Amino acid sequence: MSEVRRIDASEYTPPTDPRAVAEAGVDLAVDLAGMKLPNPILTASGCFAAGAEMDRFYDVTELGAIVVKSVTLEPRQGLPTPRMAETPSGMLNAIGLQNPGIDAWLTKDLPWLQSKGARVVVSIAGRSVDDFRAVARKLRGKGGIAAIEVNLSCPNVEERGMVFACSPTDSAEVITAVRRETDVPVLGKLTSDVTDIVSIARAVVDAGANGLTLINTLLGMAIDPDTGKPEIYNTYAGLSGPAIRPVALRNVHQVHTALPDVPILGCGGIRTVTDVVQFLRAGASAVSVGTATFVDPFVGQRLIKELRSWLAERGLGSARELIGTVEPWS
Amino acid sequence: MSTRRAGIVEGRRDSDGPVGSTCEVLARRREGAYWLLSLAAPAIAERARPGQFVNIAVEAPGTLLRRPFSIARVSKQGIAAGTIEVVFDAHGPGTEWLTHVDLHDVIDVIGPLGNPFPLPQRKVSCLLIGGGYGAAPLFFLADELTRKGLRVDMIIGAGSLDRIPNAIEAKRITASVTFTTEDGSYGTHGRVTDVLDEVVEKCGSGVVYACGPNPMLRAVSERCEAMDLPVQVAVEEKMGCGIGVCFTCVLPISTKNGEVTMKRACVEGPVFNGARIAWDQSRYDLGAPTPTDEDDQDAPPEPERLTDSEIWGDA
Ligand SMILES: Cc1cc2nc3c(=O)[nH]c(=O)nc-3n(C[C@H](O)[C@H](O)[C@H](O)COP(=O)(O)O)c2cc1C
Repeated sequence: MSEVRRIDASEYTPPTDPRAVAEAGVDLAVDLAGMKLPNPILTASGCFAAGAEMDRFYDVTELGAIVVKSVTLEPRQGLPTPRMAETPSGMLNAIGLQNPGIDAWLTKDLPWLQSKGARVVVSIAGRSVDDFRAVARKLRGKGGIAAIEVNLSCPNVEERGMVFACSPTDSAEVITAVRRETDVPVLGKLTSDVTDIVSIARAVVDAGANGLTLINTLLGMAIDPDTGKPEIYNTYAGLSGPAIRPVALRNVHQVHTALPDVPILGCGGIRTVTDVVQFLRAGASAVSVGTATFVDPFVGQRLIKELRSWLAERGLGSARELIGTVEPWS
Repeated sequence: MSTRRAGIVEGRRDSDGPVGSTCEVLARRREGAYWLLSLAAPAIAERARPGQFVNIAVEAPGTLLRRPFSIARVSKQGIAAGTIEVVFDAHGPGTEWLTHVDLHDVIDVIGPLGNPFPLPQRKVSCLLIGGGYGAAPLFFLADELTRKGLRVDMIIGAGSLDRIPNAIEAKRITASVTFTTEDGSYGTHGRVTDVLDEVVEKCGSGVVYACGPNPMLRAVSERCEAMDLPVQVAVEEKMGCGIGVCFTCVLPISTKNGEVTMKRACVEGPVFNGARIAWDQSRYDLGAPTPTDEDDQDAPPEPERLTDSEIWGDA
């Protein structure tokens, strides 16, 4: 290795491609399910709280939008610890939707987001169709809300705890209820832990969702070999991070191929600008960055900058040009 | 290993909040069973206060998350100005990786994070109790308390002598220091709580600060509560993000109106009023206490104590 000259990444300027255009001329704006966003970089629910903690690092209004941590009707304390375990290139979590409840959220978190002028996507969660409906109703007429993301990866107490997102009919019922309560775009957030994600996607869209968020965490497990105990109090937990990226990308591509007109917010393991490019190519109109924020608080801000450079270097005038551009082999 | 340049600072420069910084490794050495890293981190050193921590990116294969470390010491002046030290135990792939960084390597650090120890608003004698490498950040606190003209005593406990960080320095910067080891290899044979009452009495301690394993913090907090002694503890919780967004590092905390809510150690701690932690709802317990010969009935009358609000103000 000694004869290999080390290159300082911060000093290295790649050779300029003859196609390159000026960065200032690159248009990052996208349309996501009717939302006009200045760029396609959003946060993932549960990985950015409601923004204020992250605003200590940079101005969070730079982001395309902030998808806040899921809010429920009632305040929730969440699950006992341990809630998290690191796994190869990923992590498991079972937080249990700890949140202050919609009433406290509306008096504290939303006003902060409004005062900053952030574009806000409110992620909502519940145990029953009525829960979702009630939360959506409370959001009605509140300013500064760009969209509602429906977290369908919640156990449905009325169906013996089966996760809504595993059933096309339960998912559709929730979306129908939320759709009736709101006039902002509704995104249905799906899980990949199903036999056929396309059939769930179709049911959710038919029920009135304006777009889909793909995907939530994958269910996983880890056991402490010495104690024999699960590493997470809840036994099973959601896997996130780079480890799930190929699965997420496959889901986006599969759904986009089957339902090319349905706007998709891609999510799962996104960390670098080339990850963003892959999701846009696979058919996402924008992306949500989750776990990567834990590793690098500045990741959202950096990806906006790097996406602009990436496009400029290749002579691409807009981020939109990339959406749904997977080139076939044959 | 690192090809990044040192001294790059990201973040809001106009605040005393956390920044991201690439830091040159100035020293890496063993401290008994532990490791010490000294880092050139001017932007962090200038903002840091005792009890706060840094979150360090590790590059061990397959690891993803940063590793949090209490800031053990900071040099704000002199030739070592702008450096911070961390002391740690290598007990997993991330910390193991950190024991292999070379001098002049550049590592990626975020900090300072979390709330610092509140400093007394009154003249009061301070007792600092450290367990294992948890004693290290108390040196930073001791410097700060001494600068305020307050008396500082310490109790440092560990499994064995090699797990007592820098005993000589502890003696140098305190009015008195009492050591305990569980194997009896140094100081009193036993745990910090075995000598706590006696030290409090002897030193006239009016406030206790503690840092170390959570079962020890529980035992110290419960003993202090029984003695009506204000106690502030810096907890060690497994963290995901360290910046307040993942809700992994939570502890049950009793609020003023008696409710128990889950608070994040990274942004609402890591320093908590030890009497406010609902330890019985946590999973921390020291297990069976070491047997003592004395009976509580012979205990001397409790002295007058300052209350929390008298000591900390209305924070
Ligand atoms: C700690 C943690 C908490 C999460 N909480 C939520 C949540 O409240 N609602 C939700 O819809 N998704 C939640 N997620 C899932 C993420 O939004 C995202 O779908 C998933 O982590 C995959 O993206 P990533 O690999 O970029 O993290 C959470 C993920 C993590 C790691």
